[in-house]
Amino acid sequence: MRSNQVAVVGAAETTELGVIPNASQLQLHADAALNAIADAGLKLSDIDGFATAVETPQQVCHYLGIKPTWVDGTSVGGCSFMLHVRHAAAAIEAGLCKTVLITHAESGKSMIGKAPRSIPADSLQGQFEAPFGVYGPPSMFPIPVLRFMKTYGITHEQLASVAVVQREWAAKNPRAMMKDPITVADVLNSRMIAYPFRLLQCCLVTDGGGALILTSADRAKDFPRKPVYMMGTGESVETPMVSQMETFNSSRAFKTAGPLAFKEAGIAHKDVDHLMIYDAFAHLPLFGLGDLGFMPHEETGKFIADGNTRPGGKLPLNTNGGGLSYMHSGMYGMYALQESVRQMRGIAPAQVANAKISVCHGVGGMFAASGTIVFTNER
Amino acid sequence: MAEPQRARPKPTPETQHFWDGTKAGELRLQRCDACAHVYFPPRPFCPSCASRKVSVFKASGKGFLYSYVINHRPAAPGFTPPYAIAVVELAEGPRMMSNIIDCPQTPEALELDMKLEVAFEALDDKITLPVFRPAKG
Repeated sequence: MRSNQVAVVGAAETTELGVIPNASQLQLHADAALNAIADAGLKLSDIDGFATAVETPQQVCHYLGIKPTWVDGTSVGGCSFMLHVRHAAAAIEAGLCKTVLITHAESGKSMIGKAPRSIPADSLQGQFEAPFGVYGPPSMFPIPVLRFMKTYGITHEQLASVAVVQREWAAKNPRAMMKDPITVADVLNSRMIAYPFRLLQCCLVTDGGGALILTSADRAKDFPRKPVYMMGTGESVETPMVSQMETFNSSRAFKTAGPLAFKEAGIAHKDVDHLMIYDAFAHLPLFGLGDLGFMPHEETGKFIADGNTRPGGKLPLNTNGGGLSYMHSGMYGMYALQESVRQMRGIAPAQVANAKISVCHGVGGMFAASGTIVFTNER
Repeated sequence: MAEPQRARPKPTPETQHFWDGTKAGELRLQRCDACAHVYFPPRPFCPSCASRKVSVFKASGKGFLYSYVINHRPAAPGFTPPYAIAVVELAEGPRMMSNIIDCPQTPEALELDMKLEVAFEALDDKITLPVFRPAKG
């Protein structure tokens, strides 16, 4: 795909984030969509392309009153929205539609209008993982951590520092759920969830949503907001079973999606001004920094513990506070994308000065899928 | 009301040989007749070379502890926390999720790379799960 041919011209989260007991999941989709449409200065009737995950496109399109000529229901977990952005850019370039709306919403905390996630007993996961006591992401996502730590000499303190640094970013963000400063000791003394991870190394559980509107770069200049261009994109999947990853020393999906996006964007790692790595749990930024090629995996723990990703550091990472401190409704990828767009527009609460290139990297499932988007505000 | 039950696997035509094996006290894997690749979970073709000529064989049951978590909360139905959820690398190459028995469920006792051997735990008269214990000697 060619760089900088498609742009984000509308971006918004739900009016409220956190605990939203007065709206169903479907209504949260609509709230985010209406906010994004207002942000772009459009009408619902201008939308001819639509993508969402978990909920079906027909469900959300009917509720909103959208009549699309192109839809994408790719649902590979929390990075589905990175894949939607990539697919939408290709569809716009191919002339299949002109203006795409991508929505995400999840009543992850209040569980209103949200179908429970279940594992069929005759699926491979139901036969070869569920009987051994896995029960939700905290019992599954950290399974590779001890091997990763042993291979690369990563310490518990370094993994705790991920949560500490992200709380520093969250403190600058009025919409972040958790803003009080924490220390490495606080993290290591918080309640044990699934050894080696404690409460403060696990993502929040919240309600919320977000929506993006994409159109061609040529049309984008006529919109009210500063366009944010798709410079490069990548995607992949590996396995729905964390136990069946090729290795616990890296993620094959990360190592496929990330380099694809960098290559398409034609950038080097030193060109990256701002970075988002989906942090459902504290090890993900370490996997991401290594698998995306920023540095050898061995150096990732020290890099974060030394403060390189904190406010004022040389590689600002997860500047909204991340899934650990900002919010995590269940599929956080949309919120990472929103923060990249805010940073490229120059309007983020913790704005990185003069940022021109933002890399936004997402994970789906337990390392099951991945999507990477390189954004820029210069064409 | 009955006690909450541990998640019970339901075999499919492609996995029945595996569950017949555990019931008979055997850990069964598959090997490709064309390229010799050994793989898990079960399927009637080779995920490496796509050959449909594959054979089921009895694995050694030996392996080592590749990684694990010790789950505290929330606990799965039928489990009393804290309990380890382990991934075992088998001598034949494939990895599988399992539990570690006859061993304290602590970071001190559960050392990565420790040698393990398979054991079998009957859930009921139809399903037996493969679990692992520290290898003797």
